[in-house]
Amino acid sequence: MQPLLNSLPETVFTTKVDELLNWGRASSQWYMLFGLACCAIELMQTGGPRADLDRFGCVPRATPRQSDLMIVAGTLTYKMAKRTKLLYDQMPDPKYVISMGSCSNCGGLFQVAYSVCKGVDKIIPVDVYVPGCPPRPEALTEGLLRIQDKMMRERWLVKDPAREERAGT
Amino acid sequence: MSEAVYPQSEVFHTEDMTISVGPQHPSTHGVLRFVVRTDGEVIGEAIPDVGYLHRSIEKIGEKCTYHGYVPYTDRADYLAAMFANQGFCMAAEKLAATEVTRRGEFCRVIACELNRIASHLISVGTFGQDIGAITPFLHALRERETINDLMEEICGARLTYNYIRIGGVGYDITQETCDKILTFLDHFDPIVDEYNRLLSYNKIYIERLANVAVITKEEAFQYNLVGPNLRASGIKWDIRRDIPYSVYPELDFEVPVGHGEKGTLGDCYDRYWVRMQELQESSKIVRQCLKMMPKGPAISKVPRKFKPPAGEVYVRVEAPRGDMGYYVVSDGSEYPYRVRIRTGSFTAMGIIDKLSRGIMVADLIALIASLDVDAPEIDR
Amino acid sequence: MQVQEIYNKLEKQFPGKVGLFRGDIFDPCLNVDAGAIVEVCRYLRDDPETSFEVLSDLTAVDWTKKDDEKIQVVYHLFSYGKRHQIVLKVDLPREAPRIATVEGVWKAANWFEREVFDLFGVDFVGHSDLRRIMLPEDWIGHPLRKDYVEQEEYDGISTQRAPLVEKLLK
Repeated sequence: MQPLLNSLPETVFTTKVDELLNWGRASSQWYMLFGLACCAIELMQTGGPRADLDRFGCVPRATPRQSDLMIVAGTLTYKMAKRTKLLYDQMPDPKYVISMGSCSNCGGLFQVAYSVCKGVDKIIPVDVYVPGCPPRPEALTEGLLRIQDKMMRERWLVKDPAREERAGT
Repeated sequence: MSEAVYPQSEVFHTEDMTISVGPQHPSTHGVLRFVVRTDGEVIGEAIPDVGYLHRSIEKIGEKCTYHGYVPYTDRADYLAAMFANQGFCMAAEKLAATEVTRRGEFCRVIACELNRIASHLISVGTFGQDIGAITPFLHALRERETINDLMEEICGARLTYNYIRIGGVGYDITQETCDKILTFLDHFDPIVDEYNRLLSYNKIYIERLANVAVITKEEAFQYNLVGPNLRASGIKWDIRRDIPYSVYPELDFEVPVGHGEKGTLGDCYDRYWVRMQELQESSKIVRQCLKMMPKGPAISKVPRKFKPPAGEVYVRVEAPRGDMGYYVVSDGSEYPYRVRIRTGSFTAMGIIDKLSRGIMVADLIALIASLDVDAPEIDR
Repeated sequence: MQVQEIYNKLEKQFPGKVGLFRGDIFDPCLNVDAGAIVEVCRYLRDDPETSFEVLSDLTAVDWTKKDDEKIQVVYHLFSYGKRHQIVLKVDLPREAPRIATVEGVWKAANWFEREVFDLFGVDFVGHSDLRRIMLPEDWIGHPLRKDYVEQEEYDGISTQRAPLVEKLLK
């Protein structure tokens, strides 16, 4: 190691493989263009000119095959539940889910309804819950930053039985 | 159906293909699904499959008090929540013969027309996006953000307002906010011209829309189209003018109708163009209201235990997607016996099956966008 | 044209098939015999004096009062030319309600009737495509009926609510 000390030019930096992977993933999350209800309008506004999700490397993709992040924006009905699961299954690993708004968190205002699923977490695993009805673009951006934090903590090279189990199912 | 290219050949034969478009599709405006049977690019039929956002709002109406139901009506059409609020409140007021204060009426009209601008901006913007022009959509969202800010100042919410209450409005509009609205309108009027230069007079855009999916007057009646879709077929009908409610009779505004601007009467371009003109008319209405605003309370005294006498009522308001009807049946208790919301998008979806026969796949997208259908309004 | 005049016309045209006219309420309404609904609707549409070109709304109300149990199908007709409206009501039994479709008169009825079939279970005889529209095909029951009971689960998803909400609902 001795000869390496104080020898590298400024353009070289060192990091861990895990961190490099995470850094790349966290700064280019492509979310699926998938709006269910009211929150979808706020999702559009968040992607729009003022809140501008693009500055975090977030761009909408129209197909689940190209996306890493699913933002469940709106009320999930029983009729839609199966399709949502199907869309989630089509996304490549590693994938993350933001549950946006009260309806997808727990049914929210429509808990009393007969046709609404009481929370998207009954169908698919959720990483971040964003409260609000509908959440403001700032709230959704905060949720996205939380997902980035979570991504930065991932350790892909270490053996993790929990992750293996997730990938298996 | 078009003729098969090589009918006799064993090697080259054509057959129909059935494709499912949606529920997750970028240009179906929410969770709509179409089962499309195509022969190459030509559509044989496109059968709409709705109900992916059926949130049982009508059933919830039977479990809520009249006051408590107002927030639910927001969600019946989130792009134009003000109108949904107003429709239900007008029904409840008519049942119980509740007076609305005059200032309250003006606040309602201002909020509603601002909401109409916001809703039409989304409609026009997504129309461009579906056809392939992304930039106008972002421009529309930019203006919408300003309206959202104004709405937030008026009622505290950006999207689901719960502003119009039985007997008036929740909060008064302050003079400061009025000034801000006026500043916005001064900024907005030239913006409409900018959209026209950017989108409406764009050659590609016109070519994509003109003469596509023509709806005749008779078809519009048969399928009960309402609002801009009806007016685009050449029928001068606007509930604000013809069955007047609120303070609309005192206001001066035009009812834009389709004239076959770039093609046939009642084509996609006419439906788009009617909406563009309505943006300007709404702006005109808000300006007049700001001038005429009287002093006084914004809401009249309404008992907390709101119990209208037994009876039934059907009221209509002119929402951005047309005639929104509320059929409310009361049995004299605190809870409505039945609430029925009749919306413009629901009937507009019914016509897609008929119009889609024989058009191209790309034209189907233009057709859906031009009808401005909205999932929560269809499914409720 | 006044609704009273329309009613008089109908009474002359269809004796015994229309009745219970109420002109003193907000939206004047009259009852039509279930068997005559299609003829009445077609007459109202084609007669030049009434000319109801549009079926504004078609819905139903479930009445569960004792001795007066019925499903009432409600038709809101409207005329753009004459600017008048009328409400037709048809009373059907709560057990197995059946009525002829008015799809042949107004195309808009197609979707309205599908919705009423889905949420109330009214069978529209002669309808071209009577399927559920809002709810999935395998749904049990017709939710807008007053005596609808929710299933424990749908498609493996529990319909259980948070305990607080369950308490509020009771």
